[in-house]
Amino acid sequence: MKHFVSQLALASAMSVAGFAAHAANTEITVAMQLEPPHLDPTSAAAGAIDSVLYSNVFEGLTRFMGDGSVVAGLAKSWDISDDGLVYTFILHDNVLFHDGSTMDAEDVQFSLNRARADDSTNAQKALFAGITDVSALDAATVVVTLDAPNGNFLFNLAWGDAIIVAPESIGDIKQAPIGTGAFKFANWVQGDKIELTRNDAYWGTHAVLENVTFKFISDPTAAFASVMAEDVDAFVGFPAPENLPQFEADPRFQVLVGSTEGETILSTNNKMPPFDNVKVREALAHAIDRQAIVDGAMFGYGTPIGTHFAPHNPAYVDLTGTSAYNPELAKKMLAEAGFADGFETTLHLPPPSYARRGGEIIAAQLAQVGIKAQITNVEWAQWLETVFRGKDFGLTIVSHTEPMDIGIYANPEYYFQYDNPAFQKLMTNLNATTDPEARTALMGDAQRMISGDYVNGYLFQLAQLSVAKAGVQGLWTNAPTQATDLTAVSWAD
Amino acid sequence: MIRYTLKRFLSLCISLAVASLLIFFVIEIAPGDPASFMLGINAQPDTVAALRAELGLDVPKFERYLAWAQGMLTGDFGMSYTYRTPVSQMVADRLWVSLPLALFALALSTLIALPAGIYAAARRGKTGDVAVMSATQLGVAIPNFWFAMMLVLIFAIKLRWFAGGGFAGWNKGLGAVIWSLTLPAISLALPQAAILARVMRSALLDVMNEDFMRTARAKGLTTTQTLWKHGLRNALIPVLTIIGLQFSFLLAGGIIIEQVFYLPGLGRLVFQAISARDLIVVESVVMLLVFAVIVVNFAVDLAYAAVDPRLRART
Repeated sequence: MKHFVSQLALASAMSVAGFAAHAANTEITVAMQLEPPHLDPTSAAAGAIDSVLYSNVFEGLTRFMGDGSVVAGLAKSWDISDDGLVYTFILHDNVLFHDGSTMDAEDVQFSLNRARADDSTNAQKALFAGITDVSALDAATVVVTLDAPNGNFLFNLAWGDAIIVAPESIGDIKQAPIGTGAFKFANWVQGDKIELTRNDAYWGTHAVLENVTFKFISDPTAAFASVMAEDVDAFVGFPAPENLPQFEADPRFQVLVGSTEGETILSTNNKMPPFDNVKVREALAHAIDRQAIVDGAMFGYGTPIGTHFAPHNPAYVDLTGTSAYNPELAKKMLAEAGFADGFETTLHLPPPSYARRGGEIIAAQLAQVGIKAQITNVEWAQWLETVFRGKDFGLTIVSHTEPMDIGIYANPEYYFQYDNPAFQKLMTNLNATTDPEARTALMGDAQRMISGDYVNGYLFQLAQLSVAKAGVQGLWTNAPTQATDLTAVSWAD
Repeated sequence: MIRYTLKRFLSLCISLAVASLLIFFVIEIAPGDPASFMLGINAQPDTVAALRAELGLDVPKFERYLAWAQGMLTGDFGMSYTYRTPVSQMVADRLWVSLPLALFALALSTLIALPAGIYAAARRGKTGDVAVMSATQLGVAIPNFWFAMMLVLIFAIKLRWFAGGGFAGWNKGLGAVIWSLTLPAISLALPQAAILARVMRSALLDVMNEDFMRTARAKGLTTTQTLWKHGLRNALIPVLTIIGLQFSFLLAGGIIIEQVFYLPGLGRLVFQAISARDLIVVESVVMLLVFAVIVVNFAVDLAYAAVDPRLRART
């Protein structure tokens, strides 16, 4: 019925006023696969929360742009002391929360202290670990003191986990979020949709769209139907790559193919024999045909990688050559390591299709060189408990979606258990370095080190796939963080 | 009738108590912790501990069971771990989608199945019977999610008569609600109707062989009169049993259909809750479904007695 009515209305409007009805469109319905569990970006890891709220409703001192750069957000400017320990932020004037109260230095102090408190439930508490003091000099000036220089600090403050909230509205944040962004939260029908409206009191450039609806459609077939039937205007993170050629061929739609921060890797338990032998890990790397996995599991979408770093990052080093596909070499190395007849291991696969489909292909490729991988399909909760926390696995496939997360290799307790003091020292150096060129060099060294140690099987960078109606413009193509920033989105005339 | 009712009611209460114990402890065995699920892979152990404490997960299992069971007696199912809203309210919201859908599907299925079954029985062995039986054979064999996808493909994508899914919302009015539930209801109803029509037909045929039917004919009633006055009423018992079972199935079994049509119903809630290890929601919804099944069975038992006076006397 809805379609009948809207089509009839559109038809009659068009006959009367030409395309005027279309040009005045300030509403959009955006679909995504996962629904946020609640609406507090500062107390859960669920990417779906940021997908709806990041920079639409909530803002931080700094923010990510669609190209991955970090720019000023609520902080107009900042000054860093020569020793790199003291950051003085100057806030924008006249910033109002959606409930009408002013955003000032005390709110920033509250937000940062809340995130690093003892009873904090911030999923990225480590981002704030170096902060020793946050003080409000006056209403527009905040001084943050660190215990050691941190070249990543401004980047860290751009995360959704570091957005600025107010003490007055924190109690209801999970159901009724109050932020400073260009859109206000309006309504949430759980299991179905979240609605936002334009914030006409916004301090920065106002959004073009007036009403925004996020719809949650998890089933890939239903996702296809919803776009085809034009029930939604855009689908961000489209779950069925096999259907994309169909949309590309249809003039009603546009397909956006970008990159995410997700390094998809064949995680390897570095402490578990025989993977504690670097020869075995190297053999593993040569046994994998990355392009075949990208083609077979992702229908060609995704960029092969040779280390744990995003190819679109300026500091990326292409190391795919280090682990080029060469099953003969792999067999030879296995023989050298004493496994001429191969061995058996486990391969745990979480639910996403990159893991389930990719896992089947990898198991077949490993079988070619004599490694028998027993596939176990697990849910996320189970994966977290047995693989991630229990470290009870041989191999697993997972996409690490946090931006710039090469630092996880410096933690010997992290589930793949890579323990290399040289790498740990490198990361300490990197954190203490603020000079961009020196940082780039260090990041290159880090990439080469983990690539040469064959810590994990590096597979491909996960693609960001979106479908939208042809008239939608301004959507992010890439996903530098999990966000659907609609502040600059509009309809073409 | 009162004793019969009381006896049935007592067995209803015992079933519920046993079910609650089973549900709670079986579901709690599942590996995975809601707090670590919420906080993801970068969470520090102290953060997970803080969240576990906030959610009340640090309390021993049996104490949590008692609190949950006690709360349920007063209609309080506790607080969802992930959504942080009262479970009872979430379930109530979702019931506004799932219940109308189940009723709609049940009505469709009954309206199609009973006439088809009666018709087939009356035309036994003739072309009409064969046609109905072949159609039901097909209906039983087709999986409802596949059928649902076909409906979407034809009526939503090609013809654009319906939306490809989604729920209109009650604020848009009854017409819009019915319109948005039509495709899901049809895909749920047709396989059920096929089963029900077969049951209706065979029940009626069984009854038609009974002695009292011959007697009715002998006292001068026409075939049609015997069928309607004596046959149908006696054939209704197995049909009622199936309708009762089907209602419970439709309420719980909408999970896949709710995914295909992305309806914010109970099935979808359970689906999301299971993957997030929001166990209290899973337990409460499963308990509610058990409650619905038991109550429907209770109602069906009472309906038997209404249809068949012998049952009242016997117990």
